[in-house]
Amino acid sequence: MIIDVIDLHKSFNGFQVLKGISLRVEKGEILALIGKSGYGKSVFLKHIVGLLKGDQGKVLINGEDIAASKGTALEKLRKKFGFLFQGGALFDSLNVFDNVAFPLREKTRMKETEIRDKVLFELEQVGLQGSENKYPAEISGGMKKRAAFARSLILDPEIMLFDEPTTGLDPIIANTIHTLIKNTHERLKFTGIIVTHEIPKIFSIVQKVAMLNDGVIIAQGTPQEIQASPHPLVQQFIAGGIEIA
Amino acid sequence: MNWVRALGKFTLSTLRGLGEAGVFLVKGFSWAFIPPLKFHRFIKQIQFIGVNSTLIVLLTGAFTGMVLGIQGYYALNKFGSEALLGPTVALSLIRELGPVISALMVTGRAGSALTAEIGIMRISEQIDALEVMALNPFRYLVVPNFLAGIISFPLLASIFNVVGIYGGYLVGVKLLGVSAGGYFGEMKSYVDTQDILDGIYKSLSFGVIMTWICCYKGFNAGYGAEGVSKATTQAVVTSSVLILVWDYFLTSVMF
Repeated sequence: MIIDVIDLHKSFNGFQVLKGISLRVEKGEILALIGKSGYGKSVFLKHIVGLLKGDQGKVLINGEDIAASKGTALEKLRKKFGFLFQGGALFDSLNVFDNVAFPLREKTRMKETEIRDKVLFELEQVGLQGSENKYPAEISGGMKKRAAFARSLILDPEIMLFDEPTTGLDPIIANTIHTLIKNTHERLKFTGIIVTHEIPKIFSIVQKVAMLNDGVIIAQGTPQEIQASPHPLVQQFIAGGIEIA
Repeated sequence: MNWVRALGKFTLSTLRGLGEAGVFLVKGFSWAFIPPLKFHRFIKQIQFIGVNSTLIVLLTGAFTGMVLGIQGYYALNKFGSEALLGPTVALSLIRELGPVISALMVTGRAGSALTAEIGIMRISEQIDALEVMALNPFRYLVVPNFLAGIISFPLLASIFNVVGIYGGYLVGVKLLGVSAGGYFGEMKSYVDTQDILDGIYKSLSFGVIMTWICCYKGFNAGYGAEGVSKATTQAVVTSSVLILVWDYFLTSVMF
């Protein structure tokens, strides 16, 4: 699956969040989207999956414009996606097992025994064996993220989108999540975009990095190219420097 | 010229809001006719909107009937027509108070919770998660509530009417001495099937209004706890006002 974003613009109530973003993620590649908080990274991610529609420009998934797709065509495209939301977005009324089993029960004709085996396998992959009967309110933030990760992977997506997968987690859990992403990428070979602030840790997982600032991509390239970028904002972000007004 | 701009902005945003709410209603109804129905959730919502509202409807129905019994008795007594207490209580309840008061009580109890639940799902991205899984949120969240409202409201109003009539009986016959035979006998003469049907039609439409407004407000809840709290208040107030306004129109057309 190739993700191709062409000149994407988006405004909310007259405030321009995205001012013409263009980037391409090749099949099997993971791109890290970095940048300051509140500069539209999550908004951008929601355009990729068609939750938001741009005012101008296109988001092409293997050549198909997701914003122009409707009905079964959109459903077909969305089946290719897994999305790890910032807060997990687990269904409050379902326990961990039922949350992970939900897409299988709704989108496949698998038998309950097969569903059970697959769900338990995915939960084991994310280290949540034994927690399947707990409800989202009864588990920690890290466990929620891992359960949501298992749910997003359950249909073996071709494209994975991660919205700040490690924000608010302690370094050990954050490392666990990074390892999970790396391992599952090796297993499923998905195309992915990770919105993150985890620099430089993320550089070992991704093949490409893009930096979003003030609604535009100011730099993109391999992790090495980004680290060597002469752009002062990129360097400041990588170094975690204090912005000088 | 600022007030002209403000008036224009207000008019446009009101029209846009009405349009969006209208589209929401049409979409909700359209999805109700497209299988498969999420049967488990539908039953759960009947339990939530209907079964769990029974106690409050029983209580309000009983006391409304008892008040009607007292007020009706003293008003009719002035004209020496106490024998008509039965039909007075029954017609007031079946045509008007049963459908309206039970709808307002259910809106306060279940409608507010409905908006809060959907609102929280909106702000915690659970509705987005459904969409990303290529699942239609209307099918999961709106259709079961619409159908549960349409089924539960007439049944609750009927319970309200029966309990209210017996409340009026308790006060009129047992406490104030109206004859038991007269109470029910006159009722049979004055209340016809059309009155009962009209009451049911009203309840059906109130069920649609409550679930429509409460689901719509939840779906469009603003950010954070404040957004959900505002949406919940707006849902209850708008539903209640709309139920009363719609009741007036239906009454003027039906009777």
